[in-house]
Amino acid sequence: MDLQTLLQQMINGITLGSTYALIALGYTMVYGIIKLINFAHGDVYMLGAFVGLAVVLMGANIWLAIFVAMLACLCVAVTIERVAYRPLRSSIRLAPLISSIGVSIFLQTLMTLLKGPQPVGFPQVVTNTIYTVGLVKISTVQIIILVVAAVLMIGLQLVIKRTKMGKAMRATSEDLRTASLMGINVNAVISFTFALGAVMAAAGGVLVGMYFNSVFPLMGVMAGLKAFCAAVVGGIGSVPGAVLGGLFLGVAEVLGVAAGLGSYRDAIAFGLLILVLLFRPSGLLGQPEQRKV
Amino acid sequence: MDDFLKQFINPYYLQVLMLLGIYLIAALGLHLITGVTGQLSFGHAAFLSVGAYGAALLNIHLDLPFLLCLLAGGLLAALAGVFVGFPSMRLSGDYLGIATLGFCEIIRVVFMNLEITGGARGLAGIPRETNLLTVYILVILTIVTIYRLQNSRFGRALVAIREDEIAAECMGIRSIWYKVGAFAIGSFCAGVAGGLYAHMLQYLNPADFGFVRSFELLCFIVLGGLGSISGAILGTTILTLAPEMLRFSAEYRMMMYGTLMVAMMIFRPRGLLGGVDLRRLIRSSFRSRDRDTTTPAGG
Repeated sequence: MDLQTLLQQMINGITLGSTYALIALGYTMVYGIIKLINFAHGDVYMLGAFVGLAVVLMGANIWLAIFVAMLACLCVAVTIERVAYRPLRSSIRLAPLISSIGVSIFLQTLMTLLKGPQPVGFPQVVTNTIYTVGLVKISTVQIIILVVAAVLMIGLQLVIKRTKMGKAMRATSEDLRTASLMGINVNAVISFTFALGAVMAAAGGVLVGMYFNSVFPLMGVMAGLKAFCAAVVGGIGSVPGAVLGGLFLGVAEVLGVAAGLGSYRDAIAFGLLILVLLFRPSGLLGQPEQRKV
Repeated sequence: MDDFLKQFINPYYLQVLMLLGIYLIAALGLHLITGVTGQLSFGHAAFLSVGAYGAALLNIHLDLPFLLCLLAGGLLAALAGVFVGFPSMRLSGDYLGIATLGFCEIIRVVFMNLEITGGARGLAGIPRETNLLTVYILVILTIVTIYRLQNSRFGRALVAIREDEIAAECMGIRSIWYKVGAFAIGSFCAGVAGGLYAHMLQYLNPADFGFVRSFELLCFIVLGGLGSISGAILGTTILTLAPEMLRFSAEYRMMMYGTLMVAMMIFRPRGLLGGVDLRRLIRSSFRSRDRDTTTPAGG
């Protein structure tokens, strides 16, 4: 592989990786706060793609589509949390997990019933010109993805580090009970976390739908799992870790395919996941777990 | 036996009953890993697929007798279980679950690309050897074995690891060996179940053994009540038969299945039989009846 191909593949990998990162943020934040692997998150992403598609079909531009998808997914995620996870907060760890799988099956079947199982194409909403920068080519769609992802991630970082709600989120993820003793409305914080995660995933859904030109009810399954891997690789519970993990897996996947491992595409992310876990059990940027007696 | 039964039961329901038995064997294996030892496994379907492909390929290519194929499939799966169990020395809790999930997906992709397994087209032409009698003899054998195992020195060590690994190690339990052992036995069950599955459907497709199947098995044991054999049996029975019972709702079937899972968790978060000890329940109900009859009037 010469330098030009390598750089080109890096650009493609970073584009794919930033969509993984957008989804991974939702997994990592929710896990950081209530230690729940939210398997319905991938389906929230799928819903975002469908809402975005519907808005675009009504003749709106891509920005409006992303915005509406975000709002819709926010409502859905907060409702899911309220109905399926909140009653289970004090029960055994596996109970909300099973509940999230139930929600995931529900959403997938619902969308299959409404839209049919076949992939739907995404209309061309932006004129896709290809720019040549030095050695590499980059398309308008890729630029949009990179810019939107970067803006959202910086925004999220600002929310977490600079706002009062962000401070409450950090306190809650440190220790839920102590945070509630300090007068933090823990339920509101958890709802807010789900909402933030869903907003990121919705944007990711619309962008991926546009990038790969296909939206289908099961699109959240593999993307969600890989994004979840990304969150774990980066260190689950860590926001910069999710971004790093997403980019890492995206680049690795694209380079792997370019190196002729195309048929093993889906295994690359999981192989890396196992390797990282074996050498750094708490992920690249995660805090090592303390074992207390 | 099957021909005899076919006079009474519709062959389709016979198939469902066999599938139930197969899932029972696999779920009991997972029960040992997750329910008894407390090691989260999202990759049980991988062991099922190793057993299924192993047994089917041995039968097709080497023409070995059916029971030997089942045994070999089980042993192959147990080997895979040991292979996965070793990383569990370093990982705990959710991280172990995630690693097993990754393992499950890798196995699926490998089977999808190998020449000998027929790739994505699947493996066809497996002789039909599984019948209801074999399945249920093996189910009973598994239940008895797991029950005996759970109440042995080995089983008590596993429960100790589940309750508190550090305390268990302080008591002189080499938790690594016990955990790997639990993985090996649990995967053996899954492997045998896989062999039965292969020889029932006569066709295998890697897509059937994705992580969705793993979660299904996990749901079986959690919904019934994690950590109890009767719970695992009840959960498996309900969730295997539910899609058949819900058939009246046609295309809304899976939607109702999902809702059912959420509702069952919300109303019985510890599982249907969670916290219920059947033996004690039966014993105490007998005892209270005894007391009623032996207590002198007015005493």
